[in-house]
Amino acid sequence: MADYSVALEWGLFAAQLGTVALVLILVHRPLGDYMARVYTGTKDLTVERGAYKLMGVNPKSEQSWPQYFRSVLAFSVLGVLLVYLLQRIQEILPYSLKLPATSEPLAFNTAISFVTNTNWQSYSPDTTLGYTVQMVGLAVQNFASAAVGIAIAVALIRGFSARKSGLIGNFWVDLTRGTVRLLLPASLVIAVVLIAGGIIQNFNGFQTIHTIAGGTQSLPGGPVASQEAIKMLGTNGGGFFNANSAHPFENPTGWTNLVEILLMLVIPFSLPRTFGRMVGDTRQGTAIVGTMALLFVVSAVSMTAFELAAGGKATQLAGAAMEGKETRFGIAASALYGTSSTITSTGAVDSMHDSFTPLGGGMALINMMLGEVAPGGVGAGMYGILVLAIIAVFLAGLMVGRTPEYLGKKLGAREIKLASLYILTTPTLVLLGTALSFAIPGVKEDVATTSIYNPGLHGFSEVLYAFTSAANNNGSAFAGLTANTPWMNSALGVTMMLGRFVPILFVLALAGSLATQDHVPVTAGTLPTRRPQFVGLLIGTVIIVGALTYFPVLALGPLAEGLK
Amino acid sequence: MATRRGTLRQTWTALRALLLLTAVTGLVFPLVITLIGQVALPAQSNGSLVSSGGKVVGSALIGQSFTDKKGNPLPEWFQSRPSAAGNGYDSSASSGSNLGPNNPDLVKAIQARQATIEKSDGVTASQIPADAVTASGSGLDPHISPAYALEQVSRVASARGLSKSSVTTLVESFIQGRDLGYLGEPTVNVLRLNIALAKLTS
Repeated sequence: MADYSVALEWGLFAAQLGTVALVLILVHRPLGDYMARVYTGTKDLTVERGAYKLMGVNPKSEQSWPQYFRSVLAFSVLGVLLVYLLQRIQEILPYSLKLPATSEPLAFNTAISFVTNTNWQSYSPDTTLGYTVQMVGLAVQNFASAAVGIAIAVALIRGFSARKSGLIGNFWVDLTRGTVRLLLPASLVIAVVLIAGGIIQNFNGFQTIHTIAGGTQSLPGGPVASQEAIKMLGTNGGGFFNANSAHPFENPTGWTNLVEILLMLVIPFSLPRTFGRMVGDTRQGTAIVGTMALLFVVSAVSMTAFELAAGGKATQLAGAAMEGKETRFGIAASALYGTSSTITSTGAVDSMHDSFTPLGGGMALINMMLGEVAPGGVGAGMYGILVLAIIAVFLAGLMVGRTPEYLGKKLGAREIKLASLYILTTPTLVLLGTALSFAIPGVKEDVATTSIYNPGLHGFSEVLYAFTSAANNNGSAFAGLTANTPWMNSALGVTMMLGRFVPILFVLALAGSLATQDHVPVTAGTLPTRRPQFVGLLIGTVIIVGALTYFPVLALGPLAEGLK
Repeated sequence: MATRRGTLRQTWTALRALLLLTAVTGLVFPLVITLIGQVALPAQSNGSLVSSGGKVVGSALIGQSFTDKKGNPLPEWFQSRPSAAGNGYDSSASSGSNLGPNNPDLVKAIQARQATIEKSDGVTASQIPADAVTASGSGLDPHISPAYALEQVSRVASARGLSKSSVTTLVESFIQGRDLGYLGEPTVNVLRLNIALAKLTS
């Protein structure tokens, strides 16, 4: 009890949150402006022209939304096949650490997981994947899935700014520019900074050493820093090691922890500025980023409060919520990391969420259930909140009986249908997947005896968490759950795939629909969408949509456990 | 027909894009980072290895057990936290316990750990810090809290026939503050402390 002063922890939390806020306030404008130039500029770099030649792409030709979607799909399906194949032939690949090929269900699950920016890991990487699969398979998809996410967001924004063209950009150009001008150069710098902090970067394999107490230890090696940089920056979250960013070789010290938090947040919090620039009104972006920031702060404060309150019998007995947490991070920094990871689509962990206090772990679930829009994953958070903004404008329009319009575009029946389908997709997947796990005879028993680890209500939360994480493409887990079973690998694999590409389909259709319209002039009857009033309306929409959908299922899991 | 040809062309483009991306981000990028790391920051790139008496005895970042072959704590060494990595500090199998906050098994484990420490260190349960009875997220936590290190001083001092004050001074010299004064928590690196302790004894 005595070793953690709650007042001091709050002070540390405030200072770290303040640092994160300060850095983001300073960075989001120049970075947002830069991204706007990257995705709207007409000039191609020399390397990009070379790449277009190799790909056989005409960078000047824009695509309609079905063409754009087909490109995304073709690229992603081939990505799944390649990652699947690499795992299945692992034993003949170099630097495989003598590890065998992974099983078919696991290879299927992992391939989808990394292509969809989820990075759910049914396996323990330490003993499952060698360096080649991690580098050539997984890390490539860390870049690719991040670039795809941003591309989709940019395509939707183009839908708003386009006038009667019906065109939303060229996917291959967006993919190339995002990689060449943003993700790759940034990762290069970040990886070197992370090495300076102690993250390893070698091809040494396991190294046996003799300890001073007379034992032996097998120290792992690996190209970790290069993977860690894009894992965080691209809100991917898949760990090189089983313990993810709790592992000292992935996150060695207090300052690397803060750097990793910033990396998760920096692109998602800068994209609203890009959005504002591209629609020609930066205050529209300010309203969006304000919404994200308010939700983020409330969420981070709540999780920290629950963790410091030390709920749970075991936690009370130990004196503090240190089970599953590293000494060098402590409670405040772990809660800030956990919030950042689950309210974006990252899913990296610097502490084990399964061992969080009931309500602290519940916050991780709620962050994902709110649709990961505060600020959400790279690109995914941006298009997610824009869809919710459309719903918010529609709701406001219903109240005054006017045809709603947003950013000069009329929101007619087609737009509202697409937005509604978008917000229904993820909850359907979460609730259906969880329910089926407890309903199908045969599966039910397997889930109860093999998959679930902790008894009682907490065990239910493990399954709910898994499907929430998969459907929202987060990737974090209540990791006591054994997910390397045929049912879990298949069901979660399908959930991740649908949770990624069905919403993308609706977003691109929406973008195409908006792009065919002309701009309508702003009148006295137009709902202003760049004032605090709209921020309030949007926050209300995010919470109502999330709460109405998930309250019953939360009541069965973390709420019941926490209030018992 | 036009659509099918279009799909085929898209797939062909996608394949070339994927292979190009794989070559650049999957091979060139990690190899360039490895080169930079190995040339500019070799100590960190290779795992921040720690030597004692000319031999590598571990990594400053990876925790170790200080137990006998059966896993019983050796009283003459400062003890690391409980670990859920393999059979304890197995650095090829990083893991937390993932036991939930109300799990009866975790309650029992914490009670047992407190009882063990009460007996070996001559303290009461309320004097034992939380990190001493909980497993870390990685199972490889190289640190303990300063409170847990200081709590172990009398046991270590008496097992080694050293004065309590000299061991206390040693521990205090190994307390590492928060990064920049506010990031993370203060720590004591158990391996480094134990290496210095061995030198103090010899």
